[in-house]
Amino acid sequence: MAGVRVLVGTRKGAFVLTADGSRKSWDVSGPHFAGWEVYHLKGSPVDPDRVWASQTSSWFGQVIQRSTDGGRTWEPVGNKFVYDGVPGTHQWYDGTPHPWEFARVWHLEPSLTEADTVFAGVQDAALFRTSDGGQSWHELPGLRGHGSGPRWAPGAGGLCLHTILLDPAHPQRMFIAISAAGAFRTDDGGATWTAINRGLRSEGIPDPDAEVGHCVHRIAMHPSRPNVLFMQKHWDVMRSDDAGDSWHEVSGNLPTDFGFALDVHAHEPETVYVVPIKSDSEHFPPDGKLRVYRSRTGGGEWEALTAGLPQRDCYVNVLRDAMAVDALDPCGVYFGTTGGQVYGSASAGDAWTPIVRDLPAVLSVEVQTLP
Amino acid sequence: MIRVVLPAHLRTLARVDHEILVDVGGQPTVRAVLDAVEARYPMLGGTIRDHATGARRPFLRFFACEEDLSHDPVDARLPDQVIAGAEPFLVIGAMSGG
Repeated sequence: MAGVRVLVGTRKGAFVLTADGSRKSWDVSGPHFAGWEVYHLKGSPVDPDRVWASQTSSWFGQVIQRSTDGGRTWEPVGNKFVYDGVPGTHQWYDGTPHPWEFARVWHLEPSLTEADTVFAGVQDAALFRTSDGGQSWHELPGLRGHGSGPRWAPGAGGLCLHTILLDPAHPQRMFIAISAAGAFRTDDGGATWTAINRGLRSEGIPDPDAEVGHCVHRIAMHPSRPNVLFMQKHWDVMRSDDAGDSWHEVSGNLPTDFGFALDVHAHEPETVYVVPIKSDSEHFPPDGKLRVYRSRTGGGEWEALTAGLPQRDCYVNVLRDAMAVDALDPCGVYFGTTGGQVYGSASAGDAWTPIVRDLPAVLSVEVQTLP
Repeated sequence: MIRVVLPAHLRTLARVDHEILVDVGGQPTVRAVLDAVEARYPMLGGTIRDHATGARRPFLRFFACEEDLSHDPVDARLPDQVIAGAEPFLVIGAMSGG
């Protein structure tokens, strides 16, 4: 019987939640790497037993862990992330130049075709790749070499490269997003990059529709339609139908268009999920009601999904990498909160159940659909 | 042999229970001790000293014989009692919560 494995990164370790295809009864293992921040875990599409984890600490720096048995046991692999050449400067919060400094890995994206190849998005923003199973990591310097780097500025969480999307139809194409620089696309495997932010408007930067400087929180695609991208920006939910060349707003009737997490239904490319957050200064759901919003029209028209979610006195946040879907039918949707709850829906969002309630603050949620 | 006491998180990462012993060839210094620690426990590379700069990570301190060696030159000779194995070299995480 098919099953799912939910990989949860938290402020104090990693947890692995597993269930069979009914998704009713869950086994919880962890904490793995107890006491460390685990920004992200993700499994390889080529070999689902191979799972990668970004383990990080303000005290002890960055560790990358690899499992070859689905997250039961782990081994540390290479953790040397050194920028290519002289890193130069980006903008600091006050607009002054600040040297590029490696802090941590925010996101690990395993290759769609090579089990030993993984991309890593890091803070300060850059893209690294391993092609030897994590033993060594090398920067793809073309991204920082885009020329706009001196105009990138950190968001509240730092200058982080937090989203990596691999295009299954075009192996040389990938999309990344940086807070606060914007979205970028490569069509040549990472050698050169194009800023894809036309149509975005952001307050808080001198030129609201500048080429770069936008605080993009998350982008997502459906693998069957990789030219269609959805974006949760700092404010505004956006859509592109031309692989990021242009964007238009699809916030529609959302109660607020601020938020972090966003994902696309596994089988319905026009069904999109977001979790509206009150504002950039109040990072919790409006009115104390935790609501996922679903659009079945590719944005614009949204419905609140509330069954099983707290509808009073709820003041958690849902961070950008903390929502994921499984590939079962009906599609499962999962998200984690800064209050330590991981909610799951085995009905595409119609009804929700807490899988766990009392984990440390959840930083990331990924799902593997197992045969 | 130099006795080295690691913080709990690094002991877990290195899969050791207590203090470790490292053999330092040549001049016994902070740099030589950390080189020896990282050679024997490669997973600790980058966790005590920054990979790019080689500098002590800012939230870590080095103590020995009730003295703070954190800001001494890394090529200065360690105290005799550490070299003799009578006292350990301590890698300490800064006392900050979280």
